[in-house]
Amino acid sequence: MMLRAIWLIVRKDLTVEVRSRELAYTTLFFAISCVLVFAFSLVQEGRAAEGVGAGVLWMTIMFAGNLALGRTFERERQSETLRALMLVPAPRPAVYLGKLAGIVLLLVLTEAILVPLVALLFQAELLAHLFWLVSVVIAGTLGFAAVGTLFAAMLVRARSRDVLLPVLLYPITVPVIIAGVRGTMAIAQPEFEADVVRFWLLLLVAFDVVFITLALWTFEPVMTD
Amino acid sequence: MTSVDFDEVSVEDVSRHFGRRRAVSRVTFRATRGMILGLLGPNGAGKSTLLAMLATVLRPSSGAIRYGTLNPSAGSVLRSRIGVLGHDLFLYPELTARENLAFFAGLYGIAHSDTRARAALERAGLGTRSDDPVASFSRGMRQRVALERALIHDPRLALLDEPFTGLDDASTAALLDRLKALRESGAIVILATHDLDLAEGLLDQALFLRDGRIVETMSAPGALRSTYRSVIGR
Repeated sequence: MMLRAIWLIVRKDLTVEVRSRELAYTTLFFAISCVLVFAFSLVQEGRAAEGVGAGVLWMTIMFAGNLALGRTFERERQSETLRALMLVPAPRPAVYLGKLAGIVLLLVLTEAILVPLVALLFQAELLAHLFWLVSVVIAGTLGFAAVGTLFAAMLVRARSRDVLLPVLLYPITVPVIIAGVRGTMAIAQPEFEADVVRFWLLLLVAFDVVFITLALWTFEPVMTD
Repeated sequence: MTSVDFDEVSVEDVSRHFGRRRAVSRVTFRATRGMILGLLGPNGAGKSTLLAMLATVLRPSSGAIRYGTLNPSAGSVLRSRIGVLGHDLFLYPELTARENLAFFAGLYGIAHSDTRARAALERAGLGTRSDDPVASFSRGMRQRVALERALIHDPRLALLDEPFTGLDDASTAALLDRLKALRESGAIVILATHDLDLAEGLLDQALFLRDGRIVETMSAPGALRSTYRSVIGR
């Protein structure tokens, strides 16, 4: 029942997105604009300072992720469909995991365009160690979205949800962003150090495990009432 | 999931506060199988809050709600036997009517969700529009789809908030027949409505609410309008 419910929610979110294209377009447009603005200000004479590319990548993921999270739950709020999801007999953690999977998919698609763009504009050697880069980016995105999905669902009926979401989300996800930036910087170094990358990746995985567990535990009580 | 059933719903001395505001105050009643119970009262009387508590999405501040031998903590098992039509319609406008119903049927664990969705839309008189997005429907048509969504899993307890909203005469007559059929099948129907003319002759019991309190209870109610005027308008 749990896996079926997760699949149904992900499929529903994807169908809605394919029809409206609202989230994909806004998130992607925002992310590309963000990278271009940073590139214009930080790249001088075709060169950027060391590590800037990694910082820009993760800052953009953070901003674009916040935008996507807000809009995803705004969609569920408009016809009170989140309440309908709370009324079905499927386990409530399945609702959380379904929404989380949808947001992660959307962000990963955005990152698939964002990463080459950052590599190109900031001349960062991001694509030289693709396996490690994909691992760090996905682990970081998962951690960020795990916390964000819980908060966005909690705030769905709050009047000032657009203000409160980043206020709550950014401080808690600082470790993800730091680990993401440092891991990505280590990948882009001319002399690749697998141990350093592995350390930051493990930190991200640990963060993911802790926050997904906490979210699964707290989702039902915070969504009742 | 274990299948459960219950023959009655009992609300015992239930209150619900939002901060200092008291939305529902010390309400007690009982509804049994094959009964249509109406919650009648002006805006802000506490009807929707009471329905939300019966639907298990809102906890009472005090008092208890029981579903036969079960209480709201039974969770998924209990929710599988409750159907809710809210004031908001709980439909995704980008999805077609069939996709909406099949999605919720799937979440209720119904095996052939697409077949069930098609059958429900035929029953609602929307078979020819089943593959149109809900966004293109009129309010009345959406209301009919939303009712089918609430009843797609044959719930024992149907909670309906203003089910007649936006319906034309033919759809209203069809809904009245549907509610009577639900009663015949042994469901417990609790509906909140302002439409006293439609409620007349449909309800087996009427509760008049004002400021969160029950101010009058009528069994086999008749002359609802005059009673409403005397107990709510006073």
